[in-house]
Amino acid sequence: MSSITVPVAVPSSDLLRDVSSSSVFELRGVNVHYGTHLAVSDVSVDIAEHQITAFIGPSGCGKSTLLRCFNRTNDLIVGATVSGLVRYHGINLYGPDVDAIELRRRIGMVFQKPNPFPKSIFDNVAFGPRVTGMAKRDLNDWVEVCLRRAALWDEVKDKLKQSGLSLSGGQQQRLCIARAIAVRPDVILMDEPCSALDPIATARIEELMIELREEFTIVIVTHNMQQAARISNRTAFFGVDVSEVGVRRGVLIEEGATYDLFTKPRQTRTEEYITGRFG
Amino acid sequence: MKPTRLPVTQRNFASDVLAITQRRSRHGETAIKGFLLACATVSVVTTVGIILSLLGPAVQFFREVSLWEYLTGKDWAPLLDPGTYGIRPLLVGTLVITAIAILVSVPLGLGAAIYLSEYASLRSRRILKPMLELLAGIPTVVYGFFALTFVTPNLLQRFWPFGTEPDIYNALSAGLVMGIMILPTMASLSEDALAAVPVALRAGSLALGANRFQTTMKVILPAALSGLVAASVLAISRAIGETMIVTIAAGGQPNLTLDARQGMQTMTSFIANTGMGDLAQGSNEYRTIFAVGMTLFVLTLLLNLFSSHMVRRFREVYE
Amino acid sequence: MTDINAANSAPIIDLRTSKQHPARLADRLLPTITRACVAIGLLVLATLVVQVFVEGWPRLSLDVITKFPARKAEMAGARSAFFGTIWVIGFTAALCIPIGVGAAVYMEELADNNRWWNRLIEVNVQNLAAVPSIVYGILGLSFLVRGLGLGQTVIAGALTLTLMVLPTVIIASREAIKAVPSSLRQASIGLGATQLQTIGRVVLPAATPGIATGVILALSRAIGEAAPLILIGGLTYIKFSPTGPSSAFTVLPIQIFNWISRPQEEFRTLAAAAIVVLLGILLVLNSLAIWIRNHARRNA
Repeated sequence: MSSITVPVAVPSSDLLRDVSSSSVFELRGVNVHYGTHLAVSDVSVDIAEHQITAFIGPSGCGKSTLLRCFNRTNDLIVGATVSGLVRYHGINLYGPDVDAIELRRRIGMVFQKPNPFPKSIFDNVAFGPRVTGMAKRDLNDWVEVCLRRAALWDEVKDKLKQSGLSLSGGQQQRLCIARAIAVRPDVILMDEPCSALDPIATARIEELMIELREEFTIVIVTHNMQQAARISNRTAFFGVDVSEVGVRRGVLIEEGATYDLFTKPRQTRTEEYITGRFG
Repeated sequence: MKPTRLPVTQRNFASDVLAITQRRSRHGETAIKGFLLACATVSVVTTVGIILSLLGPAVQFFREVSLWEYLTGKDWAPLLDPGTYGIRPLLVGTLVITAIAILVSVPLGLGAAIYLSEYASLRSRRILKPMLELLAGIPTVVYGFFALTFVTPNLLQRFWPFGTEPDIYNALSAGLVMGIMILPTMASLSEDALAAVPVALRAGSLALGANRFQTTMKVILPAALSGLVAASVLAISRAIGETMIVTIAAGGQPNLTLDARQGMQTMTSFIANTGMGDLAQGSNEYRTIFAVGMTLFVLTLLLNLFSSHMVRRFREVYE
Repeated sequence: MTDINAANSAPIIDLRTSKQHPARLADRLLPTITRACVAIGLLVLATLVVQVFVEGWPRLSLDVITKFPARKAEMAGARSAFFGTIWVIGFTAALCIPIGVGAAVYMEELADNNRWWNRLIEVNVQNLAAVPSIVYGILGLSFLVRGLGLGQTVIAGALTLTLMVLPTVIIASREAIKAVPSSLRQASIGLGATQLQTIGRVVLPAATPGIATGVILALSRAIGEAAPLILIGGLTYIKFSPTGPSSAFTVLPIQIFNWISRPQEEFRTLAAAAIVVLLGILLVLNSLAIWIRNHARRNA
């Protein structure tokens, strides 16, 4: 490969350890069509346990679409079809016996724009447990545990009855994280969780994500390379292939330990992206 | 001691895996979905019910009375022996009152719509529009009372300029008051039609040097025409179907005339007047309710279908 | 030299429009004319309300709702009609809310609009909204009073009114449900809730203010309707308040109509007083709707 230029972001060395642990997800040859348009083409990647995996790449390369395959929310989009193999702890997610609702309890999602319910802070966090049948007497303690884990407890402990919408943007997003972990998932998917937030709120959530890593497996889609470099263990870089006739499809270009990808990228396109020459 | 962190649970993935692959059957949910579908089906059942309830007796009626006599006869006197069943007096009564109501509500409603959308400030719009809506919320018996006890004696009879003044029961009073009742509906629908015209058209016209009057008359109204026609047709439909104002203010005598100073009976007031009494179920008089009701239903249905067709047409033009 | 001369003899552009141009005049008049249209409407509204009050003033007292109808005007009141209205509207509300909201939920959340059955339902709701109220009376007379043998009772009246206002409730509820942002539905599904749980715990609570406003509007219309109930038999001379769904009944608008039809002046006054009561009920109801709408806006 050509000589390496100085990367824009230098990942911290403690992320060097790419603990080759067991895979939570295994994707083989996954394609996603929206009608006739191929949004994601032939993706094969493993997601490791108790790590943060980042999906980066320019817009339109299918990162969010791929993320939605993990918790089968693509099912809700009319005309979306998923082919290929998606395995979660060895089970085929799209197999005939799989209950998508049970599945979504185990694989949580946090969205780009914080979307707390127009209910009280307490009811937001308690929503998932109530829906899945948690006993009422355990609820109070559990809500507190989750809010502490999301680093929000101290700020809201005196106003649990207030509407979730009365919080600031960063607080709302942490509330959404607390809400997600309240159902005890083992994976948390995050679709550009900080893009609607200011830098200080972003920094707090990034801290939180690193803490949560011990407990959960996290997959994050981000258009912010520096964020990926800061917090992720492994990174997958996606791009857009344009055929001769102008048909666009999203492809996986390179995947590896974050430190390696950012300091010794194997593909030219990766190098060009991370050094800011395009995208 | 409350834990500050979630205990790092030892997940037993074997049992988790089992839970995922056993599809939880949710019978309760199917029942609820069935109930919701049933609720939605009530509307279809209602339409079928209306048609059936009208069709049966109407068909029997038309076995006794020829359709020709019904549509062309000039006398409506079902209670006489033998009765005459020409619906023209009722049709003409409906027509006259509706025409008056439209002559009032369409220009005033359109004018109000133009004012609210072109000239009114945001604040006055927020006050005036709900106040106009109040007109639509007043019960029709109240309008009837107003027509009979105020409009007829104090306005029409006192200030009538020429010729004989109107009777105490007259079509004019009913028509005028009905027009006011329909005004907010007309204004609201016209406003929607005007608002659907793209801003670019207005901007283009003003940029060419036309003033607001010219822009409104020559660009906006023609562009909104199908929506305005739809609104007017809907207003006509409402006027035809209105019962209490005409029953109270226009009297209960069928009267084949175009003279609005006289009282007349409409299709709706006939049904109301007849339905007030107790009629033997099998009699022809009882069946007249259904024959006239069927006429009314078909008429308003056609008008409404035409109106929605126009609405869809103008929506397509701009989307 | 020629250049300067040429510049000096260039035409002067006059941007002043001719003040006599007819379109200019019309442009000045249009706002006034259209403002007059609004004014006429409001003027009639004011006149009507004032006239009713003035006419009804002599009899405006609690007697209107505490006394039963009588042959002599001084002893008459609208008590049976007042409570009749409460009973009939009560049952109407109890019926039209679950059915209307249920239908709206089905149409918005569950129905796939490519199937003909669902499109038929949709077309039906639109058409039924524009059917004259008296036709609903004929339907009620034919199917409920005589067909099902319910007789001229409160429940027959309530069912008739329910069918009449159902399209309004459905349409308003659909709008309210449509307005709930899809991000909330996505969040709920992402947490593992089923579709019905999402509807029941997220969508409907969020849509409640809009639905409540629509229901109140529909009930307001039902309260003021006389025509359908006349055919159901609400015009009989009722000297008692209803005691249950199978009681005979009359309602305020019909009682008002009854008194208007009497020739004596005193009954006119009584009618006006009853109208004031009716308008009062509607005022309370609609203020409630406005309060709900504002309260919801504060909480959002």
